[in-house]
Amino acid sequence: MKKIILALGLMASATLAQAATYNIDTRGAHAFVQFKIKHLGYSWLLGRFNTFDGQFEYDASAPEKSSVFVEIDTASIDSNHAERDKHLKGSDFLNVSKFPKSTFKSTGFEATGEGEGVISGQFTLHGVTKDISFPVSVIGEGSDPWGGYRAGFEGKTTLKLADYGIDYNLGPASTHVDIELHIEGVRQ
Amino acid sequence: MAQLKNNNEGYGWISIAFHWLMGLTIFGLFGLGLYMVELTYYDAWYKGSLDLHKGIGILLAMAWVARLVWKLLNPAPKPLGNKAWEHKVAHLVHGVLYLFMLSLFVSGYLISTADGRSIDVFGVFEVPASLMMDNQEDIAGMIHWWLALSLMVLVGLHAAAAIKHHVIDKDRTLMRMLKTD
Repeated sequence: MKKIILALGLMASATLAQAATYNIDTRGAHAFVQFKIKHLGYSWLLGRFNTFDGQFEYDASAPEKSSVFVEIDTASIDSNHAERDKHLKGSDFLNVSKFPKSTFKSTGFEATGEGEGVISGQFTLHGVTKDISFPVSVIGEGSDPWGGYRAGFEGKTTLKLADYGIDYNLGPASTHVDIELHIEGVRQ
Repeated sequence: MAQLKNNNEGYGWISIAFHWLMGLTIFGLFGLGLYMVELTYYDAWYKGSLDLHKGIGILLAMAWVARLVWKLLNPAPKPLGNKAWEHKVAHLVHGVLYLFMLSLFVSGYLISTADGRSIDVFGVFEVPASLMMDNQEDIAGMIHWWLALSLMVLVGLHAAAAIKHHVIDKDRTLMRMLKTD
């Protein structure tokens, strides 16, 4: 019995010593990839990607080791309007049959304060890969009521659609789209 | 007196009207469909063209049902010429034309109602949504496009056959769809 407790204790300290891996909780839908773009310049149009997956590494005591990988199924775009979604999935916009995946793979993380930082990495959309960086912040972390351990983040960035070869004319107010990532991960 | 009903020799005015009005409408919808998907966001007709396509599509579907009922209530003029295989092919093409039209109505309806929204027909009435499956708008959209192309090919065959009857066989097949006896 003592041996088991000792072994568990060693395992626990081992996980504390290095950045832990978290799987993004898409199964329980505690993660969201939202987007927001101006409609004619008169209001915001909101939508999201329903299907994506990913992991992140995070350790509060060594935030510079943080990393994240997210893969988004572009055909899962949902703006709550089937005809619009069909158009967005077509060749005028995302061209999902040719570019079914959009990915973000981090290459670095710079801590800027308590639970805050700037993440940089390669973002691929519409077959175009660009180096981007954007601020992220910890929302919280801790044990969940079901025996697991969770941590959650948010990150926001603005993309110029033309940078990714999406040049359909939506008007001068609608050249950029805001992307918001809200993710909760379950520690493995 | 104008002859409204069909007889064994030819078509009545109601069948003739159904044939040409629906034929012209189908050409119109095909052209409008090709045109509207090329419009950009700032074209004044971007929204209106789609509303028109959907509204006319629903009315055409209703005409299709009425035409089928009328067809069942009327005698079918007997085919001209004496080649049995031609009669079989003509019969088959007519059946497939009806089937493709119906499939176009259903697939078009399924695109626009995939999110549960109804189809507004010129502000007069609405056709409610029914099926809402995953990726319904994409699957129905692909089917709608290929059916529309196939229908146009079939219409071409149908028209070519009518012209062949008129010019080569020199029978009344084409003429009896233009006027009653």
